[in-house]
Amino acid sequence: MLERKVEAMRKVAIVAAASRQETKMLDTEVEMMIPLISEVKDKTGLDQTDIGFTCSGSSDFLAGQAFSFVMTLDAVGPVPPISESHVEMDGAWALYEAWVKFQMGVIDTALVYSYGKPSPGSLQDVLSTQLDPYYVAPLWPDAHAVAGLQARSLLEQGVVTAELLADCALRTGTVDSREEYFSQPMLSDPLREADCPTYADGGVAVILASEEKAEELCEKPAWITGIDHRIDAHQFGVRDLTTVPSARIAAQKAGVHDGPIDVAELHAAYTTHDFLLRKEMGLPEIPTHSQRSYPIKADTLMASGLLRIAEAARGIWEGEANRSLAHATAGPLLQQNLVCVLSGERN
Amino acid sequence: MGTGGELAAVVGVGMTKFSATRGDVSMPGLVREAAQRALQDAGMEWDDIDAVVMGKAPDFFEGVMMPEIFLSEALGCVGKPMLRVHTAGSVGGSTALVAASLVHSGVHKRVLTVAWEKQSESNAMWALSLKQPFQVSINAGAGGYFSPIIRQYMEATQAPELIGCMVAFKDRQHALLNPYAHLHQPDLTFDQVVESPMLWEPIRYSETCPSSDGAAAMVIVNEEEANKSTSPAWIHAGAMRSEANNFPGRDEVNPLASRECAADLWRQAGIVDPRKEIDVVEMYVPFSWYEPMWLESLGFCNRGDGWKLVESGATHIDGGDLPVNCSGGVLSSNPIGASGMIRFAEAALQVRGMAGDHQVDGAQKALGHAYGGGAQYFAMWVVGKDKPAA
Repeated sequence: MLERKVEAMRKVAIVAAASRQETKMLDTEVEMMIPLISEVKDKTGLDQTDIGFTCSGSSDFLAGQAFSFVMTLDAVGPVPPISESHVEMDGAWALYEAWVKFQMGVIDTALVYSYGKPSPGSLQDVLSTQLDPYYVAPLWPDAHAVAGLQARSLLEQGVVTAELLADCALRTGTVDSREEYFSQPMLSDPLREADCPTYADGGVAVILASEEKAEELCEKPAWITGIDHRIDAHQFGVRDLTTVPSARIAAQKAGVHDGPIDVAELHAAYTTHDFLLRKEMGLPEIPTHSQRSYPIKADTLMASGLLRIAEAARGIWEGEANRSLAHATAGPLLQQNLVCVLSGERN
Repeated sequence: MGTGGELAAVVGVGMTKFSATRGDVSMPGLVREAAQRALQDAGMEWDDIDAVVMGKAPDFFEGVMMPEIFLSEALGCVGKPMLRVHTAGSVGGSTALVAASLVHSGVHKRVLTVAWEKQSESNAMWALSLKQPFQVSINAGAGGYFSPIIRQYMEATQAPELIGCMVAFKDRQHALLNPYAHLHQPDLTFDQVVESPMLWEPIRYSETCPSSDGAAAMVIVNEEEANKSTSPAWIHAGAMRSEANNFPGRDEVNPLASRECAADLWRQAGIVDPRKEIDVVEMYVPFSWYEPMWLESLGFCNRGDGWKLVESGATHIDGGDLPVNCSGGVLSSNPIGASGMIRFAEAALQVRGMAGDHQVDGAQKALGHAYGGGAQYFAMWVVGKDKPAA
């Protein structure tokens, strides 16, 4: 569907990032974001007036307030006025909107941020309101219950085994041994506590720069060599819960398979999701590199995806990876997926 | 000049009938009605669309968190990219601009964009009044928020008291020419507008917008595709600006973000004198007085002269040289999240010569305008009958 080949696209790089995650943060969204936005401005030496475009991602349902992002805009300090937009999505999609703006040739720098603060509410209940409001949400299935449904499908069709899930839990650090995993009671049968995410408050800010500007702002820019996102159907009845076609297509379109991936940062909130994503994206079942912060241990809705991109960029800045992959997801059971490939090489 | 990147044009527009309660359709039914009409207008099928951009105002208005997720099938998104925009009241305009950017950038050829609200699903006053710790709640609704700003405008310009009523009466007359408009009040008289209850001094009941269900959709395509259309509306300019709600010295009547957004827009469109060069305006006027206020802010007249344009009849479709809100505007239909896109879509219909009974003869260039938050978010575009000058 891409009209223009990725090679003909304008090169854009991530040149700075700052993030914070805590289980129960006392700061408000504005108080959380001010230091992060200041940090990326300091790192690049950019002033608000130097930034061509600002884009953010958040959800009113997490903040418990209509137009919540209007308040958080105060963290940017938009005086004088700025060119700005907001998506009611994870910040990874805000980054995508900014990347598109670069392709129009009208900006050289962009600030992208996102945040989520679920701790004041009951996130499991809140997530029920994301389901079809006519046929599913009235039953109030929470996120773990829906994930259990998918896990049951995966086990019964033999796509995954309990042992593989135990290994994933061990790898991601939610248990210390297989024995510990199997001694846990079911939380949402067939999922145990170690398979399911815990949630954290948090935020992330990044600066993007064009090929003309990136090297001025960063010693080793993390170049976006491909980025794509897709959505699947929502109705559980029409989805094959054991596959994630949107992740597969997004990975292909983002050029994941054009070279070896050194670091993969996946927004996998459940062990089953980690398994499914690796399968759909053609990544090794046993990762050669672990993620620095695993969403299963601390998922921050609306920020986790952008955080994965920031972590993948960090891998490049720190010389740990030459080519890294970042993934973001939204909706129940990996319904919507974004894949971004970063490289230390500009071309 | 220009928007940057490749040329883009609107080749399909679709809207639903707007009303207080569209009890005959579900949320998927509502968005699909507008999208289907836009596709039909464009002569396209669902499969022809590369990506979908959806916009709406707060999710609390329907009580569904990120409803685009469950609308994936209804909008033919399966396997495609889908974005969801939310920039307060300006969202319908911003959504159209994000959709246009997907084409200007060369990323996609054919993009469907949809904005909607189904306010009857929830209660807007509840949605807007959720109590927050450590925040002062004014509990006054949008009218209560904007009325002091309007009073400030009236005092500064010495505008006659009934200018707002003139705008409201004009827009309700315009609405009679638009079959999709929510408010059709053929028997309404100017005196009735004046005598309607005072809600938030100086805003009377009849000077406010209704609460509506409805959706608007557009198909935006690249130059190659638009050349196949018999009536494309070419996008000449698009701009967005935001500013903080509260800072010392902020001009709330004529916000800097509005002026800078307009200046950027006119620069991109190569427009020097908007009063002469723009043939028809669709601007976001949820409370009557915002028509003279925005006319000044956008540069259609000098500061303090906006009310004189209204008083002279210049903004009336019948005989005016700068018709404003020929569709009836936000004052006649207000599905909040869609209201901005309706402005953008109506501007496109005008330059395509497809606005029906509310068509302005020979419209060449039109402005679509939206604002939101505490008059701090702005989205605007200029569309033209002809391709923008290179």
